[in-house]
Amino acid sequence: MPERARTPLSLQERPAEEDGGRSGLPSLRDDDLRRHLPGVEPDRTLTDWGRSERIEGLMDKTLVDFLYRYWFRAEVEGIENVPAAGGALLVSNHSGALPPDATMIAKAIREEHAHPRPLNITVEHFFKGYPGFSMLLPKVGAVAAHPANVHRLLYDEEQLVLVFPEGRKGTEKLYKDRYRLRRFGRGGFVQAAMRARVPIVPVCVVGAEEAAPVFAQFNLLQKLTGLLYVPLTPTFPHLGPLGMLGYLPAKFKLRFLEPIYFDEPGREDDSSEVQTVAHEVRARIQENLFDMLSKRRSVWFG
Amino acid sequence: MTGSKRILITGLSTYWGGLLARALESEPSVEAIVGVDNEEPSVELERTEYVKVGAQHALLRRVVEAAEIDTVVDTRLVVDSIVTSPRLAHENNVIGTMNLLAACGGPESTVRKFVFKSSTHYYGSNQDDPAFFDETMGRPHPPRTPIERDVLEAEASVAEFADRNPSVSVSTLRFANVLGPDVRTSHIDLMRLPALPMILGFDPRYQFVHEDDVVHALEHVVKNDLPGVYNVAADGVLALSEVAGLLGKPYAPVLPPWGTGLATAVAGRLGVRIPPEMLNQLRFGRGVDNRRFKAAGFEYGATSREAVIGLAEHLRLHPLLREGAGEPYRYEREVEEFLRWSPNVRNSRPKEVAAAMASERSAAEPGSASTASTLSPGPPPPPVDHFDDLEAEEVLPLLGSLERTDLEALREYERGHRARDSVLGAIESHLARPATAS
Repeated sequence: MPERARTPLSLQERPAEEDGGRSGLPSLRDDDLRRHLPGVEPDRTLTDWGRSERIEGLMDKTLVDFLYRYWFRAEVEGIENVPAAGGALLVSNHSGALPPDATMIAKAIREEHAHPRPLNITVEHFFKGYPGFSMLLPKVGAVAAHPANVHRLLYDEEQLVLVFPEGRKGTEKLYKDRYRLRRFGRGGFVQAAMRARVPIVPVCVVGAEEAAPVFAQFNLLQKLTGLLYVPLTPTFPHLGPLGMLGYLPAKFKLRFLEPIYFDEPGREDDSSEVQTVAHEVRARIQENLFDMLSKRRSVWFG
Repeated sequence: MTGSKRILITGLSTYWGGLLARALESEPSVEAIVGVDNEEPSVELERTEYVKVGAQHALLRRVVEAAEIDTVVDTRLVVDSIVTSPRLAHENNVIGTMNLLAACGGPESTVRKFVFKSSTHYYGSNQDDPAFFDETMGRPHPPRTPIERDVLEAEASVAEFADRNPSVSVSTLRFANVLGPDVRTSHIDLMRLPALPMILGFDPRYQFVHEDDVVHALEHVVKNDLPGVYNVAADGVLALSEVAGLLGKPYAPVLPPWGTGLATAVAGRLGVRIPPEMLNQLRFGRGVDNRRFKAAGFEYGATSREAVIGLAEHLRLHPLLREGAGEPYRYEREVEEFLRWSPNVRNSRPKEVAAAMASERSAAEPGSASTASTLSPGPPPPPVDHFDDLEAEEVLPLLGSLERTDLEALREYERGHRARDSVLGAIESHLARPATAS
């Protein structure tokens, strides 16, 4: 079940598409198509992905700003490792429940980076099918974790994309397993970066696990509501749906690690190479997490 | 033109079928245009020949062979269940396509190019879709609605035809939701409502294509050799709330996210039809990658946003125009046959055909209207016979029957000769009037 519910990031993991490539499409290089991306229509407030500058700006100025500055008092290291131009794939550890880590990474890039850039956050396909989430998440920069979406963003549009390779296994994990990385999928994210020939920037987030600790999972409730998971947190579910946002004021620390570049093409087909890189990324994040945790004196004050 | 001289258009009664025929009529290298359909054409055509025939394989084959058709444009596919019943749609889409392909295939067939108008319903609308489908992607789940199943089956038979007949250049165009004042789709019907119904908690992404771009896209494929599959959708993917904003209407999240099927059944009773293939789109939306067709040289006349704005303007004007819009075109077989074949018809044909025929006739009838204007260098003679003999009051009633080009020529002539104020003024007022024929 968990395997089927995972969102695969690599093309090879998807079920074979019927009669794929039969129609003898004229051979066009990808570079040709890049020139034909639709132009920007200045009167629009939404992008083609459904992202709304207005709603995002509003959220950014109010809730996100408050959380970033005063609630989590985020501290950022190594922001210069995020490239100022071109596509890049940010890979981070994930914490439980409805974690604020993605929002804080996006905010960190907006606040601290010399060239603030929007960040596209990949989310499960599940959210597109759930009322409310389906409407709101794309407006604030969430994109379904489909390999074609990631490739278009990284390669064609040269944007920043954030993935959590732990996926659901990360959000389901309980407080007792905090900061211990789950398996990194099957390395689909590495393939995505190699195919788009963009660097991977590993990111470590400390604090999110304590902000929304998950003590247990209600499997029965999950089945009844059709949600991805129903966790027991200090405020959820007894305070209602908004209890999902009842974060504890843990101190946030974010560390952006040195990018990993893939220059020569065609490496994505070599599965041992892909696995090696995936393991390396995972090891680097884990190592840095333990390093940050060992230096942390207090969960609340850092 | 890569050799498309004798063209067969199926679905002549559809908006794009008719307009494509009209666009090709002005193309001098096209020798013959034959349109087949069960229903009569809905636009006025000059030299396209209409044959009333459905998708019967044997009859189509005879038409194709007799007219030595080299290019077949199939615009017949029904992609909206508002048009007809599911059973008839299936008959038309699947069986009809099979029959037409059978009529075009075979070793001794004259057909060299086959253009198939399909739909982005091919991709469906699902939760785990990519944000932009490209032509190589299939749908993640098998279709559940009859129309989507039809589109898939029809495309499968076209693909099989392409495999079996490597000498035929097969192009498939997958069109996004069409918008425009002259077409009727379930989406446009929804946009006519005072508020735009939506499913609560969903704001699907929509990509449109303007009705004229549909015609131009078909024309582009007829004129250029572009085998393969192409998505045809305008630039820009709009959220449905954005569409409502452009239409100037509030959006009404009246459909519940759960039990939506039941709610649409109720809505159907109340007169708001939401067909099943649309329901998924209202929930998950769909975007396609249109870059391949752009790379093939096509330029869109309108973006998705402009198509919606154009429709919004039409919807606002529509109640005012209903009175004075004039009679819509009606096909009358006898009149059309008279216009095409009677020896007494002299000047209703397109220029090049008329010129060709006029040169044959010119020996017998010197000074005929169209010959005079196309031949002869030097000072242009008047476009009206014996113009110099006519008095002003005799000229004035004739002006209404003249084409704009003829009027302009006549104005030049009158200025150069007698320069009567009354005649010049009348010509000016006729020229100032907007063209009514189109």
